[in-house]
Amino acid sequence: MLIGRVVGSVIATQKNEKLEGAKLLLVQPLDLEGREKGTTVLAIDTLVDAGVGDRVLLVQEGKAAQAVLGRGTAAVDAAVVGVVDTVETPA
Amino acid sequence: MLLAKVVGTVVATRKDPGLHGRKLLVIQPLATDHRPEGKPLVALDSIGAGVTEEVFWVRGREASFPFLPEEVPSDATIVGIVDHWNVRRL
Repeated sequence: MLIGRVVGSVIATQKNEKLEGAKLLLVQPLDLEGREKGTTVLAIDTLVDAGVGDRVLLVQEGKAAQAVLGRGTAAVDAAVVGVVDTVETPA
Repeated sequence: MLLAKVVGTVVATRKDPGLHGRKLLVIQPLATDHRPEGKPLVALDSIGAGVTEEVFWVRGREASFPFLPEEVPSDATIVGIVDHWNVRRL
């Protein structure tokens, strides 16, 4: 899992039927210092109702994303699975 | 999933039977400011996308799932046409 920040949302009327009803969020992966790292990805959110500005836990693996969606073999590869309250990394 | 813009089409007469009747499109991955990011690639269409449309796509094993129960050898598939997206970087 990665820590990311929700930076936006996507509206798509025409999409794979197994994605119907799932919220689509744009998530920017972050490093532990909170700096943006890598490409912004599109992830589904059905569980945690994250919003723009939230720091979230991001899975980028098909099996995990499908578990979030609960629809077997859906064409998803990224999902938000938690909203991060705090991260501590004692030296 | 990732954002991209459809920038072209590919025609291939001789191909794997699993690809017969499927539309091959050239997509350019996009950053959230709509600018190109990274290299263009060929993706299979599962949704009826066309050139100039902004789409989102999956890569890897999940790229073959929209076509089940048919086994389609794709590692990049367009799964949605984007109406619009909103970005607010706080």
